[in-house]
Amino acid sequence: MNPILQVNQLVKRYGDLTAVKGISFEVQEGEIFSLLGPNGAGKTTTISVLSTLFPPSEGDALIAGHSVVRGPYAVRRVIGIVPQEIALYEDLTARENLQFWGQLYGLSGRELKERCEEVLEQTGLQEKANQRVKTFSGGMKRRLNIGVGLLHRPRLLFMDEPTVGIDPQSRRAILDTVKDLNRQAGMTILYTTHYMEEAQELSHRVGIIDHGEMIAIGTQAELVKRIGQRETLVLQFGEDQSAAAIIPQLEAMSGVQQVIAENHSLQVLVNDAEEILPAVIQVCTAENLKVRTIQIQEPNLEAVFLQLTGRALRD
Amino acid sequence: MRKILLIAAKDLRLAFRDRAAIILMLAAPFLLTLGMALVTGRLTSPAGQSSGLSNIPVLVINRDGESLGNALVDTLQSAELDELLDARVVEDEEAARRAVDEDQVAGLVIIPAGFTRSVIPAQGGAIDIAAEPVKIQFYANPARPNSSAIIETILREFISRVEEGRVMGMVSVFQMLTSGVLPPAEAQAYGDEMRQLFQSAQDEELSAFEETSTLTLKVIGAPEEESVRFDVMAYMAPGMALLFLMFTVTYGGRSFLAERRQRTLQRMLTTPTGIAQVLAGKMFGTYLSGVLQLVVLIGGSSLLFNLRWGDFWGVAALILLATFAATGWGMLITAFARTPVQVSTYGSAIMLVFGIMGGSFIDLSMLPAFVRILSRITPNAWGLDGFTILGLGGTLADLGRPLVGLSVMGSLLFVLAVLLFSRRRDLVQ
Repeated sequence: MNPILQVNQLVKRYGDLTAVKGISFEVQEGEIFSLLGPNGAGKTTTISVLSTLFPPSEGDALIAGHSVVRGPYAVRRVIGIVPQEIALYEDLTARENLQFWGQLYGLSGRELKERCEEVLEQTGLQEKANQRVKTFSGGMKRRLNIGVGLLHRPRLLFMDEPTVGIDPQSRRAILDTVKDLNRQAGMTILYTTHYMEEAQELSHRVGIIDHGEMIAIGTQAELVKRIGQRETLVLQFGEDQSAAAIIPQLEAMSGVQQVIAENHSLQVLVNDAEEILPAVIQVCTAENLKVRTIQIQEPNLEAVFLQLTGRALRD
Repeated sequence: MRKILLIAAKDLRLAFRDRAAIILMLAAPFLLTLGMALVTGRLTSPAGQSSGLSNIPVLVINRDGESLGNALVDTLQSAELDELLDARVVEDEEAARRAVDEDQVAGLVIIPAGFTRSVIPAQGGAIDIAAEPVKIQFYANPARPNSSAIIETILREFISRVEEGRVMGMVSVFQMLTSGVLPPAEAQAYGDEMRQLFQSAQDEELSAFEETSTLTLKVIGAPEEESVRFDVMAYMAPGMALLFLMFTVTYGGRSFLAERRQRTLQRMLTTPTGIAQVLAGKMFGTYLSGVLQLVVLIGGSSLLFNLRWGDFWGVAALILLATFAATGWGMLITAFARTPVQVSTYGSAIMLVFGIMGGSFIDLSMLPAFVRILSRITPNAWGLDGFTILGLGGTLADLGRPLVGLSVMGSLLFVLAVLLFSRRRDLVQ
């Protein structure tokens, strides 16, 4: 496979703040690549630089052979973007929005008309085509927001957290759309998210980004392998209880790799959850902590992130 | 260019789909004009009888000293015009002209010696139809176009009445002579009687003979125009239209920053479209909205209030250039503002200040001299000057000064706005 995107030592600074700190990665033609990281990790800044919205402070990226620094217009013809926010005109209808954005991408005449109808069908909005966007539900707006990014059949589609703030049904529909675009149209997709489940479900490969740095990159299997066969024991306590007091005791136990406190819960990275669970419960009981729920998680991207950063993805 | 037009057309469509914007762009100026017309009595009295202006200072030099000259002085100082005019009779022409030049008064009326005799020959004198009548001179103050226009209109109406009486008398005597009703020997005595009657006539309607009148008014300081009536609505309607034009252009500016906030600006910049194209499209969209607003207001007021705006090409040129200058202001405000709310706040304040300073509410001649000088930074003042010239019968050829003023203002503001925008790194971040 050929890389359609090659990012090389990309840096973006805003004054004293460095939002992206020299990241490098490649995306192969035809794959879904996810950038996974918590809010503020630098995902949106990376997408903004790659979509030529503003230039990098240092480094460069090549998209289909075109530099985002030296050839931004050539890059824009190759890419499509689905921004995190709903970037549509609320007082225009769905069709008028598609026609406007299609023309900005250089479509016209019959081609424009056909593509608008195809996208309306693809997003399931044919019946609402002549209604103003402001009358749409959040999910419908999200679908149209994606549709605009597909109008000109881009070779590389950037999707920046497209499922933020929507209902589970719409979320499911969007994830299915992403998979269809990749499987049926062969579209390459760079998908950013802070939902581990989405990255796991969609991606061929995942890049984990935190504080502007790419801290791990690979397939899911490759990443999970990095933390061995470890499981995560998640303990949830009552809202009036603090588990901070038992962290030193847990960390001292044999078989416990790492303990992270998060609000009223503890995430304990262990070699064998079933074996260590009775001892953990005993410590909690001794400290008069009431455990509301206990969950044992198989090795996953969340655990990878936890081990690499010492924090949960939601932080 | 295609993308600039595309963005402009989209903005135009959005502007005219926004109900709140429509109310402020179209309904408000109509209603305010209507309200002011009701207050000033324009809708309950014939056009020209109410001006909304008062105590217009005017100087009169009466060198005639006979019946018609005195009648004109009496007319200008009459109780009917007491509120409108502040007419003072003076002797020193040089001092009076200086008072006009120094903008102390709106104009100087000079009734030359022999004015009465040129119209009504003395008892026993011969009537010479071909003789050139003596002209009343009106030395107008170009800095007070509306006040000058009102004085001029009063003078023309006076002359019309004089001419009407003169011609009617001549025609009557001639007809009676030819029909034999009046013996030639009694013609002179009858003519004198007619003269007496004519001098006492006060409430005649305007003469149908106006077009063939040999009596004329010589206006100095303003272009000579055919006799027109000054309609207060012709001043208020453009005033309101220009006032709310400033709203429209700040609305356009607000939409620019709103696009940034709703991320459509950023999305546009990820398509094969440059920032210059987007900026030009937004500016052109704002400009088109302003032009369309003025076209609708002018067209609507012509139909609803039977208002004559004047020469078509002159009106068209004023619409295009007043909107150009106003759009420049809108863009400059946008370039300084950080948020759509700031554009609205600054825009509303500037709209009101420009409205007052530029003469949309109060005739400029009633404001202090320094305000009249400052008013030249407003599109309202230049635009109103232009519409007043057209309202008084001027044409495109007479609009040189306002059109140049608006063009220069618009060009400077656009250059400044583009320079400021080019330094705005925050627009897409």
